Amino acid sequence: MNRFSVSLPGLQLKNPIMPASGCFGFGREFAEFYDLSILGAIMIKATTVEPRYGNPTPRVAETPGGMLNAIGLQNPGLKKVMEEELPWLSQFDVPIIANIAGSTVEDYVSVAKEISEAPNVHALELNISCPNVKHGGIAFGTVPDVAKEVTKRVKNVSRVPVYVKLSPNVTDIRLMAKAVEDGGADGITMINTLTGLRLDMKTGKPILANITGGLSGPAIKPIAIRMVYEVSQTVNIPIIGMGGISSAEDALEFIYAGASAVAVGTANLIDPFICPKIITDLEQLLEKLNIDHISDVCGRSWKHGISGYHCP
Amino acid sequence: MKKIGEMKIVSQKEIAKNIFQLILQGKLVSEIERPGQFVHMKVGEGIDPLLRRPISICEIDRENQIMTCIYRTEGKGTTWLSKKQQGEYINVLGPLGNGFPVQMKSGKVALLIGGGIGVPPLYELSKQLRNRDIQVIHVLGFQTKSAVFLTKEFQRLGVTYIVTDDGSYGEKGFVTDVLKKQNFDFDRLYACGPTPMLKALEQKFPEKEVYLSLEERMSCGIGACFACIRPTKDREDKKGYRKICSDGPVFQAGEVIL
Ligand SMILES: Cc1cc2nc3c(=O)[nH]c(=O)nc-3n(C[C@H](O)[C@H](O)[C@H](O)COP(=O)(O)OP(=O)(O)OC[C@H]3O[C@@H](n4cnc5c(N)ncnc54)[C@H](O)[C@@H]3O)c2cc1C
Ligand SMILES: Cc1cc2nc3c(=O)[nH]c(=O)nc-3n(C[C@H](O)[C@H](O)[C@H](O)COP(=O)(O)O)c2cc1C
Ligand code: FES
Repeated sequence: MNRFSVSLPGLQLKNPIMPASGCFGFGREFAEFYDLSILGAIMIKATTVEPRYGNPTPRVAETPGGMLNAIGLQNPGLKKVMEEELPWLSQFDVPIIANIAGSTVEDYVSVAKEISEAPNVHALELNISCPNVKHGGIAFGTVPDVAKEVTKRVKNVSRVPVYVKLSPNVTDIRLMAKAVEDGGADGITMINTLTGLRLDMKTGKPILANITGGLSGPAIKPIAIRMVYEVSQTVNIPIIGMGGISSAEDALEFIYAGASAVAVGTANLIDPFICPKIITDLEQLLEKLNIDHISDVCGRSWKHGISGYHCP
Repeated sequence: MKKIGEMKIVSQKEIAKNIFQLILQGKLVSEIERPGQFVHMKVGEGIDPLLRRPISICEIDRENQIMTCIYRTEGKGTTWLSKKQQGEYINVLGPLGNGFPVQMKSGKVALLIGGGIGVPPLYELSKQLRNRDIQVIHVLGFQTKSAVFLTKEFQRLGVTYIVTDDGSYGEKGFVTDVLKKQNFDFDRLYACGPTPMLKALEQKFPEKEVYLSLEERMSCGIGACFACIRPTKDREDKKGYRKICSDGPVFQAGEVIL
């Protein structure tokens, strides 16, 4: 029996595990290690209209159980992603979720319109929450009306379902979730990184050239779990949860919190085999816990009368 | 091909102050293609430290699937590593990066310049160049006498000049002082060490074939995360950047901005 398959807007997932955007490039480096077709889906690196160079280095700094990054959305630009990366990925039997970013609403609309035409792009993920770019990005992700507007405009032009990626850098994430749902979002992905800062012991200055960076990894997991728990009780669209997942237990915890599927980010940077590992382990974990199907336990943390309920 | 696996510690010893020589055995050694490649080591048991640590390959013994690394204890990760003992295992990802090109006509002269903890990868390079009947000259710079290592091994392969910042071992001064004094005649230069040293070498020999090994803070080490980027010197370059972990860590002088 398949305990694993999950059906979400635009996405028929073989299993609920996928690499998170920015931690998997466009898959090329990981294809040297395993067949990408075993993944539930792939969230590709943020794509912008024009190529972006990103921030100066150092771009990463380690923290206890986590890391700060300030890559600055470096990517080869829409044209190259359409002409080279997506066609290359089409050799694998795996749906692609295209993470898109921009500085203006028009940027998002242009990328969404074109990238949603690619045959293997089954959904978009609006990155309105990147903390590492000077203009836009975070503003879209922290003001509900702005988030709603960009969601609506992208929905108008996209040929595939639209997921909106929420930033945890807000006072009440439920307001943001509600706003993008009102804007017509088909789903929510969460969470992006938390803005942090690390200083060098010798110089007293920031380690990152960008000064601040986005915190990811196991350190942020409890925050992400709390936020998925809150948002899943607020909206009626499905959630793909992420933030610090590095084991099958972590993945299941997100499902219990109210996510329908999960994404693995930082852990790929430490163990290139982490996604296949979690897929195998999760199957065994479900068996051990006598869970017939992963969707049966979605939102178990807050649902009364658990059996038979499926998340949206 | 890149591999990930457990490598057994054959031995570990402190060969200079805070400088450790770690000898590892495992299948991954068969995959090493060139000197100057590096490995990414998992340090610590759990999630702290989280990231792997990049360490250069210093010497390989293919037949016995053995490789040597030499590292300096800096912070949490390398200090943890230095406590591991013979018979224990380290999780290693590698080999990574492209390393130094060794193709060169026999009889030519190669000048190898190392600064501090940049010295180790030059050792395997020198050995391989010698096997190709290339004459090697080494210029090695260290901070002070207690930080000097591997000098006898280098001396066995070719003429070796040693300097220390404080003059406590060899001549006093920087590697560039040796170059000024000796005015070597050479066909190719290889260097690994602190960025100011690499910059000085790049400026001093604009007409020569120069290969430099760079360092940057990394996370994935395989080219996926865009942490370790350097801009190219050529503004017309199609990509405009190189990844130190996967396009480098060795670059020909002039390819990227130091
Ligand atoms: C390609 C490459 C090859 C290297 N080869 C060697 C070698 O052969 N021998 C050796 O002693 N050292 C080498 N280094 C440097 C070595 O990686 C660092 O000294 C080590 O990561 C420090 O870890 P730590 O936990 O002890 O220090 P911490 O300061 O606690 O490390 C904190 C974080 O900063 C990173 N970091 C700190 N210093 C450096 C550095 N100089 N370069 C890159 N990242 C750094 C760490 O990886 C870690 O993510 C190499 C670096 C690179 C990029
Ligand atoms: C190096 C790095 C690059 C990232 N780049 C992107 C990106 O381009 N777009 C995006 O939406 N999120 C990006 N993220 C955020 C991750 O997709 C994810 O939301 C976050 O890291 C939390 O998950 P984790 O703890 O499993 O990494 C990036 C994260 C890291 C560590
Ligand atoms: S360390 Fe990830 S791209 Fe180089």
